[in-house]
Amino acid sequence: MTFNFTSTAFAAALTMVASTAYAQVEVQWWHAMGGANGERVNKIAADFNATQSDYKVVPTYKGNYTETMTAAIAAFRANEQPQIVQVFEVGTATMMAAKGAIYPIEQLMKDAGEPFDKSDYLPAVISYYQTPEGELLSMPFNSSTPVLWYNKDALDAAGAEVPTTWADVKSASQKLVDNGMKCGFSFGWQSWVMIENYSSWHNMEIGTKENGFAGFDTELTFNNAKVAARLDDIASMQEGGLFQYGGRRGDSLPLFTTGECGMWMNSSAYYGSIKKQAEFNFGQTMLPLDTDVASAPQNSIIGGATLWALSGGSDEQYKGVAKFMTYLSSPEVQAWWHQETGYVPITTAAYELSKEQGFYDSNPGTDTAIIQLSLNTPTPNSRGLRFGNFVQIRDVINEEMEALWGGSKNATQALDDAASRGNTLLRKFERTVK
Amino acid sequence: MLKRVHFPSSPLPYLLVAPQIIVTLVFFMWPASQALYQSLLIEDAFGLSSEFVWFENFAALLDDEQYLSTFGRTAVFSSLVAFLSMSVALILAGFADRVVKGATMYRTLLIWPYAVAPVLAGALWVFMFNPTLGIFPYFLEMVGIKWNHYLNGRQAMGLVIGAAAWKQVAYNFLFYLAAMQSIPRSIIEAAAIDGAGPVKRFLTQTLPLISPTTFFLIVINVVYAFFETFGIIHVVTQGGPANATTILVYKVFNDGFVGLDLGGSAAQSVILMVIVIVMTVVQFRYVEKKVEY
Repeated sequence: MTFNFTSTAFAAALTMVASTAYAQVEVQWWHAMGGANGERVNKIAADFNATQSDYKVVPTYKGNYTETMTAAIAAFRANEQPQIVQVFEVGTATMMAAKGAIYPIEQLMKDAGEPFDKSDYLPAVISYYQTPEGELLSMPFNSSTPVLWYNKDALDAAGAEVPTTWADVKSASQKLVDNGMKCGFSFGWQSWVMIENYSSWHNMEIGTKENGFAGFDTELTFNNAKVAARLDDIASMQEGGLFQYGGRRGDSLPLFTTGECGMWMNSSAYYGSIKKQAEFNFGQTMLPLDTDVASAPQNSIIGGATLWALSGGSDEQYKGVAKFMTYLSSPEVQAWWHQETGYVPITTAAYELSKEQGFYDSNPGTDTAIIQLSLNTPTPNSRGLRFGNFVQIRDVINEEMEALWGGSKNATQALDDAASRGNTLLRKFERTVK
Repeated sequence: MLKRVHFPSSPLPYLLVAPQIIVTLVFFMWPASQALYQSLLIEDAFGLSSEFVWFENFAALLDDEQYLSTFGRTAVFSSLVAFLSMSVALILAGFADRVVKGATMYRTLLIWPYAVAPVLAGALWVFMFNPTLGIFPYFLEMVGIKWNHYLNGRQAMGLVIGAAAWKQVAYNFLFYLAAMQSIPRSIIEAAAIDGAGPVKRFLTQTLPLISPTTFFLIVINVVYAFFETFGIIHVVTQGGPANATTILVYKVFNDGFVGLDLGGSAAQSVILMVIVIVMTVVQFRYVEKKVEY
């Protein structure tokens, strides 16, 4: 009895030393949101902590997406992993294959006894992160999709309409250049925008086995004549400055915001940056349709990141994770996050709330992403993609596309090389998951 | 009767070298052996499943054209970085050695860039050469050069070489200056009395007398270019466009830490280690013979 008493007292004393809030369970959350979005992440965590006193979510910025994922994996190997880690969409297959390392979010919610209804979430958003059986693996947090950004003033001055097809993009670019602009259009995240989304938008397969959803023995098939024709046409538009390549990821943003290029295809989540930097009227519209390929668009696919729960924590911590997920998906938090950042809301309720609040009326075009994502019920071609080693495959695609823009390869060659190099990486991945 | 003198062996020398040995074992030998072992495995990122595959990672690399093409690029990159940073440093040190007024200030300013982290050095050059926002593309356009290192592989290579060399100039400068200042004045003065001008004195007196430093710096700079430049490349080009600036060490970093292919990355670092060992041996055996101490 005495022994028990002392040990309890000792444990209590330890807890008091470790944290002043006695009995509060800490949940570590590693994320990749720097700058303004990092502050928003901190606010979400702080607000959640203020709503209750049992759990404390501690957000830590771990660098960009790749760095955060690498850090979490290294921590897992050293048994020091956080309970929640933000992983970008291309890391999904890697995470999913690590069965012993992850705690599927749907399972977690069930185990923690937290009410959770999948039908509250937007299908286009969660379908990317479900198993073939429909189990949700990770909680969507910041999701976006590529849209066409345009410089309204420049288009008006050149007498060009906001384009809806690729033919329009070409003619509008011509008009912009004729009117003295340096370049017609550019884009960033080229694999995501011009290969992955171009394919899903026109309901074309990116790889076999339902874009990898149905099995790791998938092969890339984006090296088809339709994609090649589109890319060749774009490459030819470099002549005369109709198109200008401005680097990977978001490196080409200044081309748009300084007014060099009149149109820019990239994530809807650039809303905040463009709003801050552009000194002209701008708008966003749906991705252009390639009328040679399809008569109507299908739906675009998302990018961005989700929150994964890693195994190895205590039941109490996972209860905290579950409570936090519920808080995070609440309409108020989601609507706020969506309106501040340009990421799409993950639940229908948050979308409805933003509508009610009149956000789309006062900021026309901000619902483009969500309309694009939910344009049609996703098909196996447009549900998303799930390829292992996809971080490297995207690098390969970047390299080969740069060879195309640089003129050392034509589109067919570049795409064939990208697909065959990518397939090698897929086979390598397949071996490690067996 | 002959007596052999016996000194009792003292543990002191062993104790004195122990810290060095321990540091070497813990920070060099242990990681290197881990890399060797890892290079024989194919493993998933989390380390949940791993397969011992002998030399398959190496075979895959030697079969990969992309990988083989990095060798030539690394040679160009490293020799240009070493040559540029050393020659600029030599010239600057030559001048700084002659400065009488405000010498300390010049020296301090020239040493500054060494304190800049590689990533920051890269970021600096990225800003200066951003095709849209940078100041240099603006000037270059005036003389009719269109700058876009996102597209033009040669320009991208030039940019990373420039950034990597600039970063190292300060270090080389420091050593050259110290070497020059340790040359006895009487030798230089004697040459001056014999009628040799500053350039001739530099070429016939100073340069041969600092050759040990030059040799030392060649070794250091090549190692620098081989190993420490991935931070700069990562910030400036990420190895692009179309692989134009992917050198061996950057590929190790990228495949390992971005692509999470630990086996392939470890195999590359083993190859890199072998290359550097061979190069260092060559340098010490052949190049060092030309050095006058």
